[in-house]
Amino acid sequence: MTDILHERERQVYRKGAEPFQIDCEKQSAAGSVSQRACVFCGSRVVLYPIADALHVVHGPIGCASYTWDIRGARSSGPQLHRLSFSTDLQEMDVIRGGEKKLFAALCELIDAHHPKAAFVYATCIAGIIGDDVNAICKQASEAKGIPVLPVHSEGFKGTKKDGYRAACEALFQLIGTASTEGIVPTSVNILGDFNLAGEIWMIREYFERMGIEVVACITGDGRVDDIRRAHGAALNLVQCSGSMMYLAKSMKERWGTPFLRVSYFGIEDMAQALYDTARFFKDSEIMRRTQELVHLEIDKVMPQINEYRRDVRGKKAGIYVGGAFKAFSLVRALRLLDMKTVLVGSQTGSREDYDQLRELCDEGTIIVDDSNPLELAGFLQEKEVDLFIGGVKERPIAYKLGVGFCDHNHERKEALAGFAGMVNFAREVHSTMMSPVWQFTSRRRKEMAV
Amino acid sequence: MSADTSAVTNMTASLNILQKPAALPSYVSTRNACKLCAPLGASLVFRGIEGAVPFLHGSQGCATYMRRYIISHFREPMDIAASGFSESSAIFGGGENLRRGLQNVTAQYKPSMIGVATTCLCETIGEDVAAMVREYQEAQIDLPTPQLVHVSTPSYSGTHVDGFHAAVRSVVATLATPEPEPSHHVNLLPGMVSAADIRYLKEIAEDFELSSIVLPDYSETLDGPALDAYEKIPAGGTPIQGIRSAAGARASIEFGRSIRQRDTAAAFLESTFGVRAHRLGLPIGINETDRFFSTLKDIADRPVPRQHEMERERLIDSYVDGHKYVFGKRAIVYGEEDLVVGLAALLAEIGIIPVLCASGGKSGALRQSIAEVAPSSPGVTEVCDYTDFMSIGEKAKLLKPDLLIGNSKGYGIARDLGIPLVRVGFPIHDRIGGQRILHLGYRGTQQLFDRIVNALLEHKQQTSEIGYSYM
Repeated sequence: MTDILHERERQVYRKGAEPFQIDCEKQSAAGSVSQRACVFCGSRVVLYPIADALHVVHGPIGCASYTWDIRGARSSGPQLHRLSFSTDLQEMDVIRGGEKKLFAALCELIDAHHPKAAFVYATCIAGIIGDDVNAICKQASEAKGIPVLPVHSEGFKGTKKDGYRAACEALFQLIGTASTEGIVPTSVNILGDFNLAGEIWMIREYFERMGIEVVACITGDGRVDDIRRAHGAALNLVQCSGSMMYLAKSMKERWGTPFLRVSYFGIEDMAQALYDTARFFKDSEIMRRTQELVHLEIDKVMPQINEYRRDVRGKKAGIYVGGAFKAFSLVRALRLLDMKTVLVGSQTGSREDYDQLRELCDEGTIIVDDSNPLELAGFLQEKEVDLFIGGVKERPIAYKLGVGFCDHNHERKEALAGFAGMVNFAREVHSTMMSPVWQFTSRRRKEMAV
Repeated sequence: MSADTSAVTNMTASLNILQKPAALPSYVSTRNACKLCAPLGASLVFRGIEGAVPFLHGSQGCATYMRRYIISHFREPMDIAASGFSESSAIFGGGENLRRGLQNVTAQYKPSMIGVATTCLCETIGEDVAAMVREYQEAQIDLPTPQLVHVSTPSYSGTHVDGFHAAVRSVVATLATPEPEPSHHVNLLPGMVSAADIRYLKEIAEDFELSSIVLPDYSETLDGPALDAYEKIPAGGTPIQGIRSAAGARASIEFGRSIRQRDTAAAFLESTFGVRAHRLGLPIGINETDRFFSTLKDIADRPVPRQHEMERERLIDSYVDGHKYVFGKRAIVYGEEDLVVGLAALLAEIGIIPVLCASGGKSGALRQSIAEVAPSSPGVTEVCDYTDFMSIGEKAKLLKPDLLIGNSKGYGIARDLGIPLVRVGFPIHDRIGGQRILHLGYRGTQQLFDRIVNALLEHKQQTSEIGYSYM
């Protein structure tokens, strides 16, 4: 049995145990080696893909260094988001305050790069040393004539989820500041897709084929001017609900924009997303085109998926991801490959998310909130997992133990969304499951000896 | 300096083809940093000690970001615990989080040591972490409790390299027994080198029949085997008992010209316990490696073992074989200061002009160190410390180098210029095997030389209209 810290026991649930209870949305246990990052990480990852904005990290250097060009979020135009800017506060700045340095940094960088807007991330010590980041942003905005938005993302002020909220608040300040002229009634905003490996281009193309206009992508391949007129769209499609629900709700409140929760991962969820959208517009022509599209795309990808399935069917999978929405889709996508999910967890899931996972999963499946390497390694061994799905920090745990791995995080360079993405996903799973290298690792050697 | 190297340096000095680049605008901001923050270096050190767990007193994100960064280079598990500050800890102090964190790490990992590094957050709110750690250790006196080591690593002062050296010094200052048994071993303090470099250093010491304590030693903890059962703390690392005996060692050898004036572990052991400190440059290139081997020869009182003599001779032979492919080529070298100095030493002795030596560090000793190892450099080599990758890129456009030598983060510059990048140092995030790159000694120099020559040849071949398969 896996060792679990006493104060974390209630964050692990095994399907079948009654009553259902799981603690979540709480600060990570001190010393537990959480896989989570911090508030700053939540803000930074959400706003990262806005490609024509300047992203300035206000604080000592670490936060900017570790987030320089680390994401697979692609842009069809400017690449400004892939650069890393920091006020790189030094000891004297900490003593005397960093306001002047921040103002000077903003002015020089705006002059050099001509961004459409600037996001200023206030990290841990910005507030502690008493910098008035709001005031400096306002000053810089007045001096340079572009929106300069503070993002209050001090690492200790909550969890990654609070960082999502800070990002949404900054976005909300932009929305509604440009004309909505020319936006057609059958229009949507895509919220919570980050255009990893160009995924949003695929999704956007589906909507265009259905006859639906995409007003703003928030934030994948994001552009400031699109976001400013996002309030003109008829509908918000929210994928990464953990990060974007706050924005969707704020927009509903302020502009009356309705929203739908969707996911573009896996064939079922992708098709569901398109059908739900089509249904919303109550337009038979859109629905007809949607049906045609879904049939066509599924016919295109199924033969290949079937081939991969032959090899991987019956294998056991574990999932540990940032947001829970992805976990739902992955459980279903793995089912399409006839694989069984025996472990599923997330860094920032809510009670409702875990409840939904419980309904989705088979008996005995471990559901875990805010896990750590020792637990995950324990679960992988206990459940004899064959395939682990996660991010960079989960990868070495799997590989060390001779378990296959599929990267489903923001660093990835492989498109896994959409219909074509399902083929890529199946190929990824297949290539890690079927590799001959495992014959040399001790776990597989043992299996073969049995 | 031997006669043949001075001949080469004279030749490069006489090539008066270099133009001073026009002054570029200076920036207040740091754009694409050529450095990381101090606790990262400390975490690497703690990971290289047997049974130790690195622990950061600060926000959860610090530990997670550093883990991701280190994992992406070594492709190994890298657990760093954090006290995980909350808003109230930032106001009322993080002492309680620190205590709970230490308890949880002790319960989960059963470590023999926890290395506590500070962050900018706890330093800024003025926490006396040293006292907190001491009190915790004293309160646990009757319980089986790990050894605690504290190091101050605020990220607003210094880089990951400073954090690295500070942690090595703290470990030694905390653990070294005041009245040690005299020991015949040598303390090897290599600085931030690769896992392969550490393995090779141990092999060299063994061949000299010297027992050695390498600190830190992440050659196995961050480059380990495939496993059956998960190791909470990977096997390997510098034995704590060995560090305790550091004060009785025969001598210390510490690498890094840029830190020779600093209060490092070797300086501490010398001033406190009289352990003779040999403070050398990173042994890259024949000249710098000769200095290292000659020090070992003196300490061990025996000649250089034949296999190493042979490696040196083969290296010279290969220099001759390849010299025309590299002569007069222009290189930009960047990264940690001491790595840059070592690479400049190598380039100077093979006839490549290091047109720009750049680092995000600011020891203040970079220029002087480069002048020592690459004496032709004044006038031909621009030295920039406390710089960033955007500045390096802007200079590179004017300097028109033939190749870049440094970590993965310079790839964008190499790509823009259409020139090769020879990957060395840390981090290697766009290739596998960063932990296995050998930089040091005759063997490491051999590998670097071959890679540099071949990178230039490959580039020539790829950009040639004909593309000969024979040269």
